[in-house]
Amino acid sequence: MTLLKTSKLGIMFGGLRAVSNLNLEISSGELVGLIGPNGAGKTTAFNLLTGVYQPTEGTIEFDGDSIVGLKPYQVTQRGIARTFQNIRLFSDLSVLDNVKIAYHFHVKYGLLETVVRMGRYYPEEEELEHKAIQFLKIFNLDGKKDEIAKNLPYGEQRRLEIARALAAQPKLLLLDEPAAGMNPQETHQLMEMIRWIRKEFDLTILLIEHDMSLVMGVCERIYVLDYGMVIATGTPQEIKNNPKVIEAYLGEEVQ
Amino acid sequence: MRVKAKRDLLSLGACLLLYAIIQLLIEVDVIGQFWVLNIVLIGINIILGVSLNLINGFTGQFSIGHAGFMAVGAYVGAVMTVKLHLPFIVAILAGAAGAGILGFAIGLPTLRLSGDYLAIATLGLGEIIRITILNIPYVGGASGLMGIPRLTNFTWVFFATVFTVFFIKNFINSSHGRACISVRENEIAAEAMGVDTTKYKVMAFTIGAAFAGVAGALFAHYFYIVHPASFTFMKSFDLLTIVVLGGLGSITGSITAAILLTFVSAALAGYPEMRMVIYSLMLIGLMLFRPQGLFGNKEISLKFFNRLKGGSPRDAA
Ligand SMILES: Nc1ncnc2c1ncn2[C@@H]1O[C@H](COP(=O)(O)OP(=O)(O)O)[C@@H](O)[C@H]1O
Ligand SMILES: [Mg+2]
Repeated sequence: MTLLKTSKLGIMFGGLRAVSNLNLEISSGELVGLIGPNGAGKTTAFNLLTGVYQPTEGTIEFDGDSIVGLKPYQVTQRGIARTFQNIRLFSDLSVLDNVKIAYHFHVKYGLLETVVRMGRYYPEEEELEHKAIQFLKIFNLDGKKDEIAKNLPYGEQRRLEIARALAAQPKLLLLDEPAAGMNPQETHQLMEMIRWIRKEFDLTILLIEHDMSLVMGVCERIYVLDYGMVIATGTPQEIKNNPKVIEAYLGEEVQ
Repeated sequence: MRVKAKRDLLSLGACLLLYAIIQLLIEVDVIGQFWVLNIVLIGINIILGVSLNLINGFTGQFSIGHAGFMAVGAYVGAVMTVKLHLPFIVAILAGAAGAGILGFAIGLPTLRLSGDYLAIATLGLGEIIRITILNIPYVGGASGLMGIPRLTNFTWVFFATVFTVFFIKNFINSSHGRACISVRENEIAAEAMGVDTTKYKVMAFTIGAAFAGVAGALFAHYFYIVHPASFTFMKSFDLLTIVVLGGLGSITGSITAAILLTFVSAALAGYPEMRMVIYSLMLIGLMLFRPQGLFGNKEISLKFFNRLKGGSPRDAA
């Protein structure tokens, strides 16, 4: 079943066509990579999918409905969560609170129940705390739940950002360069984790990555973007041997 | 019973005890008129400081016209008792509603824009409210609205203050409050986590404005008269000082700063020109030595003291 489908998606910044004629089609449960040289338009594509930018042309269908024109929070509530290329945590808050906020829109208690602390307030808060800790356990961060997010080591901040995105309970997870700044060992662990969360949470994942070993190792299908356009798509094997891709990376080794 | 629910009841009990002690001391005249005046002012300033902190400290929006909402509460409240002869509680609620509705009306268009539109809008708003009042003869114009019954007393102020603090504390420690804080922390990430940032900015701003209205109604009914000159930009600046001094994002910080500044202000009552000098020096000193305010974004609580004694930090839920 197709979960995400874009057709002729594009955006102009002034005279610059950052993304044009982008046709993505991703089925439920797939793990797809989006690669391309710096400035190719990968992050912009994510921003279009999540409502941060409004496309100047084209359509986006998610789970059967058009999501063009929705605000980012509405897109998230429909079931697309993301991480950012340059980590965006709630940096002065505890690790636990970071995850709790992602769970926010599932909470049902109203303002009155909040203020008088009756009705659903305590039961839901307890459930929320329990769930948030479960998420942290999965990511091996439960021991640090009371630490301030910005004090975590870099690799753990990346992990927390993924945990937080998952706590929003998405159907589609978008990861923007999750391995950026990680050493090979951390990258390897991340690969394992991405595989595992996809299975565990029944997720569909679209990931942008610079680290070729990660993309080639973990993705089943890859789109290659250059100057805002898809220049190749296929399995990692096909991409590796595609002359256009090799050319786009201009000597950057694709392996 | 839940530990946390028990803790709520315990703090309410402590408040009742504090009320009983102070009320007793007032009854037997140990606390005289002068101190009652200052206690009333402290309560009003706590309401103003904590409600402004919800907007500026917790939600990260920069409002600099809080005195305007206080003015609306004061005038709407006074009209209820003086002109319409309604009970005091109606005056307080009407003051809150008037200020809250105005806050909503100002917040909705300005807070959906990103950037510092709110600061500019609230700065202008405070002055517009003041000048509007000056030109309405029904409420006394420039000479002020007179003949307001003194209905505010220690009891009203105390319970209004406790109500405000608990309301805002409970709000902050909920999913709604965390949504507000996430806006302050990182608006883009908050949206990406499904938080309707405009809604929560407007919500915080409206609640903050409504409580400023409560403070205004209490203020009007203590001094027999309300006057547009009581709600100038200088008053908004005083309130901003309370929030910044106590720490953006600390309720107990705002309470402490409100108490401190009310005393400073009382001590300097005879030298009005010195007051601004001292306030300014204090703020400069603060920026140099403790830019995060006295408490930063931390709260003082029993658990905090436990931690100082080496207790488990995890109790600080
Ligand atoms: N908000 C913006 N305004 C103008 N240009 C932008 C904006 N966002 C991205 N761009 C441009 O679009 C192109 C693609 O950027 P981006 O999507 O970040 O590339 P990458 O593939 O490295 O993630 C770049 O040339 C960038 O400068
Ligand atoms: Mg990018």
